[in-house]
Amino acid sequence: MALKGYSNEDIARRVAAELQEDWVVNVGIGMPLTVMPFVPVERDVIFHSENGIIGMGPELADPAQGDQDLLSAGKRPVTLIPGGSFVHHADSFALARSGRLDAALLGAYQVAENGDLANWKLPGAKLGSIGGAMDIAAGAKRVFVMMTHVTTKGQPKIVRKVTYPLTARRCVTRIFTDLAVISVTAKGLVVEDIAPGLTLADLQNVTEAQLTPGGRLATAA
Amino acid sequence: MKDKKVHSAAAAIEGLRDGATVLVGGFGHAGIPDLLIEAVCDRHLRNLTIVTNNSGRGRTGIARLIESGCVGKIVCSFPIAKEGFVFKEWYDAGRIGVEVVPQGTLAERIRCAGAGLGGFLTPTGVGTEIAEGKQTLTVGGREYLLELPLRGDFALIRADAVDPRGNLTYRKAARNFNAVMACAADVVVVQANREVALGALEPEVIITPGLYVDRYFVAAAEPALRVAAGGR
Repeated sequence: MALKGYSNEDIARRVAAELQEDWVVNVGIGMPLTVMPFVPVERDVIFHSENGIIGMGPELADPAQGDQDLLSAGKRPVTLIPGGSFVHHADSFALARSGRLDAALLGAYQVAENGDLANWKLPGAKLGSIGGAMDIAAGAKRVFVMMTHVTTKGQPKIVRKVTYPLTARRCVTRIFTDLAVISVTAKGLVVEDIAPGLTLADLQNVTEAQLTPGGRLATAA
Repeated sequence: MKDKKVHSAAAAIEGLRDGATVLVGGFGHAGIPDLLIEAVCDRHLRNLTIVTNNSGRGRTGIARLIESGCVGKIVCSFPIAKEGFVFKEWYDAGRIGVEVVPQGTLAERIRCAGAGLGGFLTPTGVGTEIAEGKQTLTVGGREYLLELPLRGDFALIRADAVDPRGNLTYRKAARNFNAVMACAADVVVVQANREVALGALEPEVIITPGLYVDRYFVAAAEPALRVAAGGR
């Protein structure tokens, strides 16, 4: 079943809306980088990049204008905001592990109902690339996952138990997919928002883990 | 004052031997000591253990080192990336070994070696396959993995400015692993963008004091680095 839901831009906008004034937010590679342009300019969110940038600005539209020594985790040219600073790699991860990150934005292969995250290696693969994901997932106060709701083959990515190699235990706070926004709570997965035209039953059909309606959905139910 | 300046990358890496462990700074293409890496390729060294974050971009940097047959094993956090293919080819052919280490753990293992410590406890990797074979300790109710220091025989460092004492500054995010690795090898060699006179560096901006640096050479002037709008 192919469900049409939120666009990537919708997801980025939704995640951006969660980021609060004065938060320090780690952005990794891929989809998370699309969030930054949607944070209102008047809101002072400080973006951290694992390679030692505190106060990273958006990626440049024209990479040719970039500076070879100022790159995102995705190795693309970025900018530095006024008052931004640089630290070396050990300090960059010291701040990540020690709870200085109010949030981290990560992609995922799978998220389990208890918040376990799998995002670095495919099952059965000999090798995967971890990068900073394990440290950041283990250390950030909140982990926001951005991903498609199902795999390209239609398999659920929100599962009872991760079957892909684990990145970190019980770390995910909220999941933003093309179909829904789902919080990981002590009582399980709570659906905060659902794409227009979809019912909770539609969503449950493509989600292995048990979902509970929350927010306006709970009121409606 | 000891003369640490040498006039070529080849002279900087003198004494580097087959089988050595070499720390190589850089993240992506920022802060890569490219001329030092080329000098290692030219020496046709074999069976090096290379400790670095990435496996190289295209055929440059670490990828070139791999393709030159110098690398027996790479210790890194991100071996498979879309900007590189050489590592994967060599790995699939069974011609190179790898140890994948979470990036923060990699940096801290190197820092630990530079700080004279015997290891550290990290929450990173608990419950994952990274924990296999490692000791787990519980402190204050939280589980940690015991990780051990990682030291180099050589460190290849890319700095911005160097003075005759070997004091270093770094440019923007090119600091990355360089400043950590500069403290953690028996022989620390530096490729600097520019050299300044003794006393020209404000003491407060020196990131790596010269006591860590054994040798440096100044790279020939490169095309001017473009500065992004909004950058300094």
